[in-house]
Order: sequence, then structure tokens, then C-alpha cells
Amino acid sequence: MIAVALLSVAALLVLAPAGVVLSARPRGSIILYGGCLIATSTLCVTALSDLLFFAHLSPSATLPIGLPWLGAHFRLDALSAFFLVVVNLGGAAASLFALGYSRHEDSPGRVLPFYPAYLAGMNVVVLANDAFSFLVAWEFMSLTSWVMVVSHHREAENVRAGYVYLLMASFGTLTLLLAFGLLASGAGYSFDAIRASHPSAAVAGMVVILALLGAGSKAGLVPLHAWLPLAHPAAPSHVSGLMSGVMTKVAVYGFVRIVFDLLPEPAWWWSMVVLLVGGPTATLGVLYALMQRDIKRVLAYSTIENIGIIFTGLGLALAFKAEGLGWVAALAFTAAMLHVLNHALFKSLLFFGAGAVLGATGERDMEKLGGLIHRMPKTAFAMLIGCVAISALPPFNGFVSEWLTFQAILLSPQLPSWGLKLAIPAVGGLLALAAAFAAACFVKLYGISFLGRPRSDVAASALETDRFSLTAMLALAALCLIAGILPGLFIDALAPVSKAMVGNIMPHQVGLQWLTIVPIAESRSSYNGLLVFVFAALCGTAAASAIHRLASDRLRRAPAWDCGYPDPNPAIQYSASSFSQPIRRVFGSVIFAAREIGEMPPPSSPRPARLRVELHDLIWDGLYAPIAMVVGFATERINILQFFTIRRYLTLVFVALIVLLLVVAL
Amino acid sequence: MSSLQFDIAHLLAGSLVLASFMMLYQDRLYALLNVYALHAGVLALSVAWQAYVQQAPHLYVTALIALLFKAVVIPVALHRIIKRLGIHREIENVIGIGLTMMAGIGLVALSMVVMLRVTPGADALAREDLAFALSVVLLGLLIMVTRRNAVSQVVGFMSLENGLVLAATGAKGMPLVVEISVAFSVLIAFIVIGIFLFRIRERFDSVDMQALDRFRGERR
Repeated sequence: MIAVALLSVAALLVLAPAGVVLSARPRGSIILYGGCLIATSTLCVTALSDLLFFAHLSPSATLPIGLPWLGAHFRLDALSAFFLVVVNLGGAAASLFALGYSRHEDSPGRVLPFYPAYLAGMNVVVLANDAFSFLVAWEFMSLTSWVMVVSHHREAENVRAGYVYLLMASFGTLTLLLAFGLLASGAGYSFDAIRASHPSAAVAGMVVILALLGAGSKAGLVPLHAWLPLAHPAAPSHVSGLMSGVMTKVAVYGFVRIVFDLLPEPAWWWSMVVLLVGGPTATLGVLYALMQRDIKRVLAYSTIENIGIIFTGLGLALAFKAEGLGWVAALAFTAAMLHVLNHALFKSLLFFGAGAVLGATGERDMEKLGGLIHRMPKTAFAMLIGCVAISALPPFNGFVSEWLTFQAILLSPQLPSWGLKLAIPAVGGLLALAAAFAAACFVKLYGISFLGRPRSDVAASALETDRFSLTAMLALAALCLIAGILPGLFIDALAPVSKAMVGNIMPHQVGLQWLTIVPIAESRSSYNGLLVFVFAALCGTAAASAIHRLASDRLRRAPAWDCGYPDPNPAIQYSASSFSQPIRRVFGSVIFAAREIGEMPPPSSPRPARLRVELHDLIWDGLYAPIAMVVGFATERINILQFFTIRRYLTLVFVALIVLLLVVAL
Repeated sequence: MSSLQFDIAHLLAGSLVLASFMMLYQDRLYALLNVYALHAGVLALSVAWQAYVQQAPHLYVTALIALLFKAVVIPVALHRIIKRLGIHREIENVIGIGLTMMAGIGLVALSMVVMLRVTPGADALAREDLAFALSVVLLGLLIMVTRRNAVSQVVGFMSLENGLVLAATGAKGMPLVVEISVAFSVLIAFIVIGIFLFRIRERFDSVDMQALDRFRGERR
């Protein structure tokens, strides 16, 4: 099993240098993405069969690479297998999408060699079984994705995004390095040795904080999210999909691996920290998303929201595990893992859709789109499913995982500690708010981009995207539906993961009547996605046929009601900014220091009146800007060192040597 | 090991430190080069003695390399360079000779204390050797720091390298390959520095490092 996985990763690594050669060939990108598709599919099938049938085996392998006395350890246990499925499902979908999408790439040499290397990096992170391989692969993944973020380097915004991303990625790796350093100080760098060691409570607590910082900065937890909405949209769309849908999940994997697996039994305050970060992340992420006009940026901010939901689930699992309520911990953990899978599915789908729109129109600004449902009906259909799924509406998959998370939140009164008893309902409130905002956000995204009338000529003349891209999107949409109506299968598949990480599993689901899922007991709550789907399908069909039968089928064309102002200009439609105005007025004035500035022209001037909206990112202004200022100040002071004379450098070295020797001597 | 063998090894290593001190206060270039040749000769003797004591024939090769290159080829080459550059002037020390000598004595004391403290387990010969070698390295650095002329900085660097060779031979079992590669790297460094000396002179009509600093617009 693990041999197949490692060979596929090796194949990806071979494809990376081949990409340099292939990028010069006319059909090179087809060959490369085809190769990636085959390798990732192999990995996905391998990991899936491992998760379903051989989860108890967890085979391991050691390769004589890396540090000479350590080697590189790899292991394929249930958790790795599940995340391998997520990574390679996303990777395969992105490769399939890129088969068609890559024709829009004007300089393929900047993307092709790094794409397989990036996929390989993510796979190795998940497979690694020692801290050294993990960190090297983690950094490899960051760097290769950074290269693709700055692949369109002529736009100044992308270069800035790359800069911020590189800084944050280095910060994240640094904290993870410290975390592993603390863990390995008594044991050694292999995960088996770390698992067997017993760090003290203080050390374990520090490791949790460091892991939260390191994994959280890669996943996009507030306030470490600043790079994410800059970097994810800057990459080519299939890479954006991978970064948002998959790489953030690799970060979640890193957190789960350290906190649930490598550390001993949790303390209750760990969960408090995770919850207090996760809940606000969800709400703030989606509020940011609502304020945006750029499709890909909306999606990137919505990733932050979903990461918040996942981390809330993980925090709940930690809380219940610490307090000895293993069965609820299993519920919360399974919910989080299910959301990992679900978010990977629909976020990849949505980014691909945004890529298709970008390829067809060259626009990412919603205010310049509109009416695409007529020009790109199939893309619009796939996007609609993605939007419904991410808005957590039944019968799609987003609903299941969020519903399970809420089921765990509703069990919080059983916790003995008062702090958690009070905090968890508050976090639940934040999640509920976030869910509502997410629905509003995606109504806006879909409504403004795909409905209405075209707001620009490019939108009016857009053409449907190619077959490969459509296949990738429709396959993901189908998976969203399957995961939504048959969640029992997925919950049962996750049982070995939950068993290994929190020590308990959710009740067995597959045997239940009518494919219902019952998280705790039938008397408390149950959900049947199939029933909802059948009901919705029947009602929809019945209503549609009734309208078709009963209403007059004579085609009539009449002007739409236009509030009494007959103006053919599509600019008078509802716009993205106007849609989010009510929410901006209620929440934005505090959270974003939003101000609306109306400029009226003087009475005699023919100038139009303007309404400007000013938004401030308070986290950027309050946290990042001061740090940047301090660092800038310090570097300017240290900069003198760069202009010493040769002799002064020699003296510096000499004095340093003497001081060190003195330290040794005294 | 008889005490006579130990004493002779001690004597030779001590002479190397003494030669370093002599280099420290030489303020004429030719005299400095002559002392450097003496330094390398003492090093060759010391290494040859180590070869005899440790019965390690490959150390004789090292000694031969030291004698041939460091005691003969490099000093002669530097002599010719100085002649061609036309700098027989006095060396300006940055700080006075008295102060430099005091600093040198302090460095030797420091290296003794450090080495005796960190190597209580090693055998006596290696300990003494390492302590002297560290003194030679530190004195070489001090020469480089206190001189302004590029040629004398090169000589300081070469004497520093002699200290490294002494340390390497004192520690038993250093492979020949490493020694030869070190010797070659020094030779290459010498060639590169020699070429640079001429380039610097060509451009600034001087090998005084101050000229470079002035060119970069630095204040001293």
C-alpha cells in the first residue's frame, strides 16, 4: 500500500523537472496534467482502499534519504489515508480541470514544473512519520505554491501577495519547527518516539499554542489570515482551488497530527483556545467575504470561514475528549473531518467555476459580470450546486457536516467545566451567524455574476468553457450531492480515523433505515438527506410541471418592472456592493470601520454624484502594520552592518570569537 | 611516549607561537616575510616530529608540503610581488606595538585556559598542541586585524592557516586527503589574493586598504 503511494509521489517528483521540457512543447501541458491526473488518481484510490479495508494495518516505510542518521520515515495510518484521499481527490480534480484551463495560461513554464512538485509536497506532508520529513515537505509545499502565486508577476498586486505569503509561510514553519523541537527534545524526531514520550503539561500546552499558530497561519485562522485572501486568488485558478480546497486541509492535518496524535491526553483549556479562535474566524471570514467584489477573493475569504468551522469542530472534540465524553468527541471530530472533505469538494468546484468565468470573460470583478447563466449554462449549473452546498443547504454535503457540528454544540451542557459550558454556546451563536452570512454571500456571488443582465461586453459575449473543465466541475458537484444524500457511508468510513484520534467512534450508520443518519440517538435527532432530496426533487418537478401545464404557454415579451424609470442600462441593476450594503451598515461600521461618503456636485456642475465606501481592515492596521513598522525600523538600524570596511568586519569576527572563547573559558 | 618526545613536541609548538609573536611586531614587509618563512619552517619541523612520534608516515607528506610551499614558494612569490609593487615602506600598525603585544599575550592566555578546560579527557600531547594551535590562530587573526596593508593581511591569514595545520596534526588520525585539500585551498586562496593585489594596485595605485575605504566613501 505505502509502496504504491510513495511510488506515485516519486512519479509526481519526476514530472516536475519534466515540466521544464514540456512547457516548451505545444501539447506539453496536456501530457503533464494527464500524468498528474493519473498519479493523483492512483494515490486517491490507494488511500481510499486503505482507509476502507486496511485501516488497522498502518504500514510504515523508511527511506535512506534526508538526514543521514535518521532517514525519512513514512506511515499510512487512518488519518493519513483520509487526508491523502482529500488531497488527491482535489489534486485529480484540479489536474482534470487544468487539462482544459491550461490553454489560458500565457507562460506555462512558470506553472508546469511546480504544479506536480506542489502536489508531491502536500502528499509527503501527510505521509511523513518524522518531524524532519514533515517540516521539509511542509516548506517545500509552501515554496512551490509561492512560485505559482507569483507566476503572474507583472501585476504588482501579485508580487505583494507573494511577499506577504512568503513571510507568513516562514513564520508558520518557524513555529512548527519550535513545536517539534519542544516535542523532540526528550525523544527524537520520529513520530513513534514522540508518541512514546511524555512531555510535561507546560510543554504540551506550549506545543498546542505553537501548533495552532503554525498550522493556523497556513490554514488562515484570524488574525493570521492576512496573506490568504491575497495569495489564493493570485495563483492560476486550478492552483487557487488546490490552495484553498486542499492546502488549508493539509494545515488542518498538521494540527490534528500534533494535537490529537502526538501529544498526550488534552487539558480543557486547549479546547478553549481553539474554540475562541475558531468561532470568530468563521464569522469574520464570511463578513470579509461579503464585502468583496472580486469572485476569487470572496471564495478565499469564505475559505477562512470554513476553516473556522473546522477548527471549532476540532476544539469541541478536544473539549469533550478532555472531559471524558468520548462519544461526543467522536461526533465533533467526525463532523470536523467531514467538513474537511466537504469543503475540499465545494471550494475546489467554486474556484474552478471562477476560473471558467475568468477564462471566458477575463474578469474577476462581479460588477462587470452578470447574465452568465445564459452564456455558460453548464458552468452556471455546477456553480449553483457549489453555492448551495457551501451555504449549507440540504440535501447537499455542507449541511451535513455543519449540522453534526451543531449537534455536538448542543451537547455542551453535559460538560462539567463552567468556562466551556458558557463559551461553547457563544461560539455556536457565532457559527450560526456565519452560516447565515455564508448563504447571503453566495446568493450575492451567484446572483450578481450569473443572473440579471450582463454588466459588460465581455460578459455579454462569454462562451461556455471546455469539456475537461466541465467534467471536473460536474464530477465535484456530483460528489457534493452524493456526500449530502448518503452521509452515513462517509461517517462510517471516518470511524477508524476517529477511533485513532479521539478513542471513540460515532454510532454505526449504514445499517439504519432509509439511509438516515443518527449522531447520538434516534430520540434526539436524525437527518435523512435522501428524503430531503427526493422531497425537493418531487416538489420542484411537480411545481414546474404544474406551472407548465396550467399556465398559458403563449410566449410573451414585456418590459421588466423598472421602478418607473425605463433605463436600458444594466448598471442600474442590483450590484454586489448594494447587495451587501445592509449587512455592511449593521456590522461593517464597527468591524471594518466602514464609512459611506456621498459626494454631491455643486448645483451648477454637470458632474455626477458619487457614493464611495471606505473599508479598513482593522486587523491589518492594528496588528500587521505596527509589526511591519518595528521590523522596518530595526532593519534600517542594522543596515549599517552592510557597509563596514573589510578590516572592521575582520575585527567584528575577531571580537565575536574572543567573546565566545571567553564564555567557554569562564 | 617518552618525556623527551613530549618535550620536543612541546618545544616546537611553543616556537611556533613565538614566531607568531615575532610576526606581530615586525613592521617591515621583508622582515615580516622572512619571519613567516621561519614560521612555516618551524611548522614543518613540528609536523615531521609528530609524524615520527605518532609513526604516521603520511604526516611526512604534510611536513614536506609545508616546507616546500609555505616556507619557500609563497615567501619567494610574495617577495617578488612586493618588489614589483614597489612597496618596501614601513607597515603602519593600527594600534601601537606595545598594545598589540599585550593583546597577543592575553590571547595566548585565553586559548590556554579554554583548551585546558574543554579537553580534560584528551592525552597531554594533543591538549598542548591544541592550545598552542589555537594561540597561533588567534595571533594570526590579530595580525590581520591590526595591519592595513593587504600583503601583511595575506601573511596573517597564512600564519592562521599554519595554526590549523598544527591543530590537525596534533589530533591523531586526520586523513591525508583532508590535509592535501586544505593545502590546495590555501594555495588557491593565495593565488586569488595575489591577483587581487595587482588589481587593487592597478586601480588605486596602492595596496593600502584605506584607499579602498576612501573609494567607497567611508569615513574612518
